[in-house]
Amino acid sequence: MTITLGHFLTLGAILFALSVTGIFLNRKNIIVILMAIELMLLAVNMNFVAFSHYLNDIQGQVFVFFILTVAAAESAIGLAILVLLFRNRSTIHVDELNTLKG
Amino acid sequence: MDPQAVLFYVFSAILLFAAFRVITVSNPVHAALFLVLSFFQASGIWMLLEAEFLSITLVLVYVGAVMVLFLFVVMMLDVDLESLRKGFWRNFHLAATLGAVVALELTAVLMGGFRLSQPARAVGAVVDAAPIPNTQALGIALYTEFLYPLELAAVILLVAIIAAIALTLRKRKDSKFQDPSEQIRVQPKDRMRLVKMKSVVEVGEVVEPMATTQPTQSTPAQEKK
Repeated sequence: MTITLGHFLTLGAILFALSVTGIFLNRKNIIVILMAIELMLLAVNMNFVAFSHYLNDIQGQVFVFFILTVAAAESAIGLAILVLLFRNRSTIHVDELNTLKG
Repeated sequence: MDPQAVLFYVFSAILLFAAFRVITVSNPVHAALFLVLSFFQASGIWMLLEAEFLSITLVLVYVGAVMVLFLFVVMMLDVDLESLRKGFWRNFHLAATLGAVVALELTAVLMGGFRLSQPARAVGAVVDAAPIPNTQALGIALYTEFLYPLELAAVILLVAIIAAIALTLRKRKDSKFQDPSEQIRVQPKDRMRLVKMKSVVEVGEVVEPMATTQPTQSTPAQEKK
């Protein structure tokens, strides 16, 4: 039994669904939500790499490169905001972060 | 079963298990470590897909930098785990349903539509006797066709560096330091206070404070601003 493109795409789909589930489960814990977003990006990157391999096109991997860059920047700024939030509010409880709601 | 298929199934099983543990484990430190494990497995799968450069980059950038950042932040914050876990299973039915729906939809589309088992030859591509390695191909694409996006990515990283530092930088309130401009601009009246008082003090009179001249600020540069 050989591995087809569908196998890799299915793996990416299951990974994506798991991380969606994780966001709903850990609704209160913003750190785990950030980790679930990283997992989602990993699933998407998995699809890109699989397509790049099976369609014999390097552009998919170039796109993964850029996604990795943006994801690194995103998590760095997100964690900086998280630290700032904790310093000001002494909590990272998502339900209590409603200052802008008025 | 060829060894590639065996490797694929092993990597996938560990990857999915680690991802499952990331979203269900109670301690965020453990979640971060399981995320490291899942990144390693994904790196192995990308190696199977002959994307060697990205596979190594995933380990270096994610495991080496991003996850260490996560671990630092998780350990720096004093998180109350009990309150975060409260109501964890309340959303379980909704979450499981949504996750299953997403997985089934995507799987149905993907398994039905994509049955490619061999890497396709690019249209019109010359079949080389020695194809160029993955890293070289990626480098050629990045530095010719995608040069401007590459520069933009560099700018994004620079913005992220500056933003992260600017967000988390804070002035310490208890640090002692000298302010040279303050020292230069100091006036005599800031340093000395002249007090008017009688030259002779009568007996029985209330004694005035004896201080004639006293500097108000002996070391103004060391005071808290």
